[in-house]
Amino acid sequence: MRLLASLLFAVGLILAAAPARAEITADAAAKLASGDYDKIIVGIELVANSGDPRAIAIIQALSDGKLLAGRGDTLTIEESDGTLSDAVTGAALDAKPAEAKAIRLNNKVRRSLAAMLGRLNLIDADPARRRAAAEAVFKSRDKDSLAAIDAALAKEQDSGVRLSLAAAHAAIILTDSTTGDADKVAAVAVIAERGGQDAKGLLASLSDLSPQVQAAVTDAIGIIDTNLLAWSAVQAVYYGISLGSVLLLAAIGLAITFGVMGVINMAHGEMVMLGAYTTFVVQEVIRQNIPGLFDYSLIFAVPLAFLVAGAVGMAIERTMIRFLYGRPLETLLMTFGLSLMLQQAIRTLFGASNREVGNPSWMSGSFDLGGLSLTYSRLYIILFAIAVFVALMLVLKRTALGLQMRAVTQNRRMAASMGIRTNWVDSFTFGIGSGVAGIAGVALSQIDNVSPNLGQGYIIDSFMVVVFGGVGNLWGTLVGALSLGIVNKLLEPFAGAVLGKIIVLVVLVLFIQRRPRGLFPIKGRFVDS
Amino acid sequence: MIARKLAGQQHSLALLVVAGLLGLAALIVVLHLALPADSAFYISSYAVALIGKYLCFALLALAVDLVWGYVGILSLGHGAFFALGGYAMGMYLMRQIGTRGVYGDPILPDFMVFLNWKELPWYWFGFDQFWFAFIMIMAAPGLLAFVFGYLAFRSRVTGVYLSIITQAMTFALLLAFFRNDMGFGGNNGLTDFKDLLGFSLAEDATRAGLLFASAVVLALGFIACWAIAHSRLGKVLVAIRDAESRTRFIGYRVEQYKVLIFTLSAIMAGVAGALYVPQVSIINPSEFAPTNSIEAVVWVAVGGRGTLFGAILGGILVNFGKTLLTNALPELWLFALGGLFIVVTLFMPKGLVGTAPAALAWVKGRLHRAKPGPARPSEAGE
Amino acid sequence: MTIIDDPAAAPKPVLYLSGVTVSFDGFKALNDLSLLIAPGEMRAVIGPNGAGKTTMMDVITGKTRPDQGEVFFNGDVDLTKLDEASIASLGIGRKFQKPTVFESHTVWDNLLLSLAGPRGPFRVLFARETAAERARIEEILATTKLEASRDRLGAELSHGQKQWLEIGMLLAQEPALLLVDEPVAGMTDAETEQTAALLRDINRTRSVVVVEHDMTFVRALDVKVTVLHEGSVLAEGPLDQVSANERVIEVYLGR
Repeated sequence: MRLLASLLFAVGLILAAAPARAEITADAAAKLASGDYDKIIVGIELVANSGDPRAIAIIQALSDGKLLAGRGDTLTIEESDGTLSDAVTGAALDAKPAEAKAIRLNNKVRRSLAAMLGRLNLIDADPARRRAAAEAVFKSRDKDSLAAIDAALAKEQDSGVRLSLAAAHAAIILTDSTTGDADKVAAVAVIAERGGQDAKGLLASLSDLSPQVQAAVTDAIGIIDTNLLAWSAVQAVYYGISLGSVLLLAAIGLAITFGVMGVINMAHGEMVMLGAYTTFVVQEVIRQNIPGLFDYSLIFAVPLAFLVAGAVGMAIERTMIRFLYGRPLETLLMTFGLSLMLQQAIRTLFGASNREVGNPSWMSGSFDLGGLSLTYSRLYIILFAIAVFVALMLVLKRTALGLQMRAVTQNRRMAASMGIRTNWVDSFTFGIGSGVAGIAGVALSQIDNVSPNLGQGYIIDSFMVVVFGGVGNLWGTLVGALSLGIVNKLLEPFAGAVLGKIIVLVVLVLFIQRRPRGLFPIKGRFVDS
Repeated sequence: MIARKLAGQQHSLALLVVAGLLGLAALIVVLHLALPADSAFYISSYAVALIGKYLCFALLALAVDLVWGYVGILSLGHGAFFALGGYAMGMYLMRQIGTRGVYGDPILPDFMVFLNWKELPWYWFGFDQFWFAFIMIMAAPGLLAFVFGYLAFRSRVTGVYLSIITQAMTFALLLAFFRNDMGFGGNNGLTDFKDLLGFSLAEDATRAGLLFASAVVLALGFIACWAIAHSRLGKVLVAIRDAESRTRFIGYRVEQYKVLIFTLSAIMAGVAGALYVPQVSIINPSEFAPTNSIEAVVWVAVGGRGTLFGAILGGILVNFGKTLLTNALPELWLFALGGLFIVVTLFMPKGLVGTAPAALAWVKGRLHRAKPGPARPSEAGE
Repeated sequence: MTIIDDPAAAPKPVLYLSGVTVSFDGFKALNDLSLLIAPGEMRAVIGPNGAGKTTMMDVITGKTRPDQGEVFFNGDVDLTKLDEASIASLGIGRKFQKPTVFESHTVWDNLLLSLAGPRGPFRVLFARETAAERARIEEILATTKLEASRDRLGAELSHGQKQWLEIGMLLAQEPALLLVDEPVAGMTDAETEQTAALLRDINRTRSVVVVEHDMTFVRALDVKVTVLHEGSVLAEGPLDQVSANERVIEVYLGR
């Protein structure tokens, strides 16, 4: 259906353009090349209205300062990489025509250009450009564009673009003092349907309205507000999930070491930091040697960060932590000492200031979903957190190491007497927990400042997540992380970021006192000892 | 009986600590005030302020040791009680500035005028009176500790869980005090103090007096802790530390004991903070930083947990080391502090004071091997 | 299981458990358990691992709350509503499976802290050792044969001595009922015999419930035996009668 419709549309366009013998006349070219601003404006209109498929390229080039005029009114487009083409025919040129110089513009010409470009874009083949053009008119409320908008609206098939076009039409009608009340009321309804902060701003800025229109505007603002609130709630939940997945990444390694080994690793945050610095180093190496691979830097950084942090973790376990098993408070203090030393070591090596870690191109930018604008980086971090979670679950449930880890979690002495080498399991568990922290560091390097203090910012939250979710239960960690993230973000609009965080902390402290073993405790007699 | 004799010895040991503390403080005061600045024995104002600060830290260490060394509660939030006491003192000092502030407002402290506040928030009332501030110095940290401890200990939150939530407590307070609309000066905290009880804080004599006052309060704190530790209450506390459920099953309400000692310890920390603030002339939210609380724990670990003298010694020694090192090689300080944590937990779990007698005994044992010794005396005897 | 013909005529049971059920994540550690201990009685409780012996002790001493069922002390004190400290003060003493004494206190102080007396923090702060207290500690030291070790630290005692010290601490509480969990685990034969004698001695003035695996020891006690299995009572009666029970042989004693 759609294909057929667009075919018909294309054919219609060609048929509509054909009788006018769409071409850019010598007169139009001469006006553009004249050097007289008023004549240039006439030339722009001639080109724009010619229906020639080259029209948009010429006007875009003029607007970008890439259109050269030479002797004999030749028009040449010079791209920024130096390639030349004839503006009217599109044929490639080897050399600049004689005396070819960029056509100079003034503000009046630029305004005219913008309006023309807008109109031309309204009938562009790409719906996104058509929509952007309509939105531009919605914002400019340029009366002269009304005819173009209406013409485009008559032909438009895409419902999203239609809504934007209708809103642009309505915006022009509303701001035009000459239109009648009935038209205005209808326009208000269209604007209300469009919704969003811009629409609210437009309605709120109207003045000198008749009571009838004013009532409609008040109603419409109410509707828009309700919709905005709903979308902001959805947005808060999305941000909450995003924050939650960051917390999940930071906390999940801790959940493993704390759950399996009962070890409080205060240096866990520094494992995250090591992961972030590994990313930095990987990117530096790629930048200096093979810049073309920059977009793939994270793919190299993830396994490397796992290995670096994991190796440091295993070294710490082998040389220090194993002497303190059964003395959790001493372990806590010792690992805190370690965290201080690791921070200072990184500060000495890389300096105290933030290091620049870049986003690959596929992670930058954003996309729209309903009334939301969502960034790709957040989306990828959510997906990444899910992937890490699933991978860890698989390791725990499907591998021999995972089986042994679970056995040790539930009953260390029994596991030992079953022939499981618990200290070997401990080392690997600590290695995996630290390695996952390193992976979290790769993700955090994309959204946070990479500094020696990076880990400090997450350690208390991570502990809260683990304790809230219940020790020794990855699902608990998942639920804990997501609910903390979402509650935090839902509170933010009312309480502000800092107060929201304080409230969450206080509630958590109270919660732990009610349920000291978290949301999903392991029950049983042996747990007490 | 052996026990009786040991008790006598311990009494004299405690007296020695108290006398030594007060004597040294008096000596420092005299050397500072009575000697000309060019004398070889003169102690500078800078040194007096530093030593006064160490004494406050020693009092904080004593407070941490009381809960950690005797009851086994590893609090990572004692810095919060210290800071609360400090803020209470800071509020009194702010109100003493009066019209001498930059904006010259007789009631409102400068930062409130700056924030365009029209009147004093209710919780600042009364702080122009020293007696009120004096009560609040103890009441604010004491009340927080009581409520927090009551909730936590009643629910039997113990071990690392308790440590984590005490850390969360001080972190939440840190965030809260950073906020301007809390009314405690936000980021900058409280500063520009002029005088305390009518004595100008810029005077040498006042500073010397503060040092001596810190020594006296530290001695009092030591005596109080010593009395508790050597009473039957102290024995119950150690019993709780070593075998909590055994203690409960012979009929002691463990939570009552924990709340009592936690609160008492918080009050001591608060007093330490209150003495600290006029000597360093500022109190700001960074005092709530979780790192500060953990540092206080390592002072106790270095000196020797469960030995009151060790806590004092650790508090003074580690901070003295910090001053030396941060002046000479600042980037090394965190390495040293981190290393201290590791060395003490791995190799010296009893700290300096706990390890020294064992080392001494070993040496003595080698010297006196020929002579048969008397029956092994008890270490914790009455 | 236990039926009282005429509740008014019989003396109040010192301990009364009826229909007690405790479950952990669906696993029933105790399943409709009923038990009755008469004043002055000594009872041995035996059963395989996981039969619910320790959970039963947890329920009686207030450590674990039962999901269902009644637990009464001296006929009318509802133990399910009290905490450990109150239950201990009522006169129920408990010895743990793993001997638990205060390791950094002397034997003397271990007993001093256990003596019946004030338990509030402020009264304890100002408590002074009285002549009566000293006399009672001397008595217990004699009973538990620890006179020579009075100034030694708990940590320095042998395993058997710790077990005895813990029993001594129980005695110091002057309880009406002693719950003793595996008192002879890890003891030599001679120590086991002495412990049996000690418990019989204690039983002259107090009710005792002993959980034990060691059948020689149970035989030496020569008292009524309750066999637990999967959280309920499997059999009850004199040892000879119980050990002839087919089911008991099957699940516990072995053929």
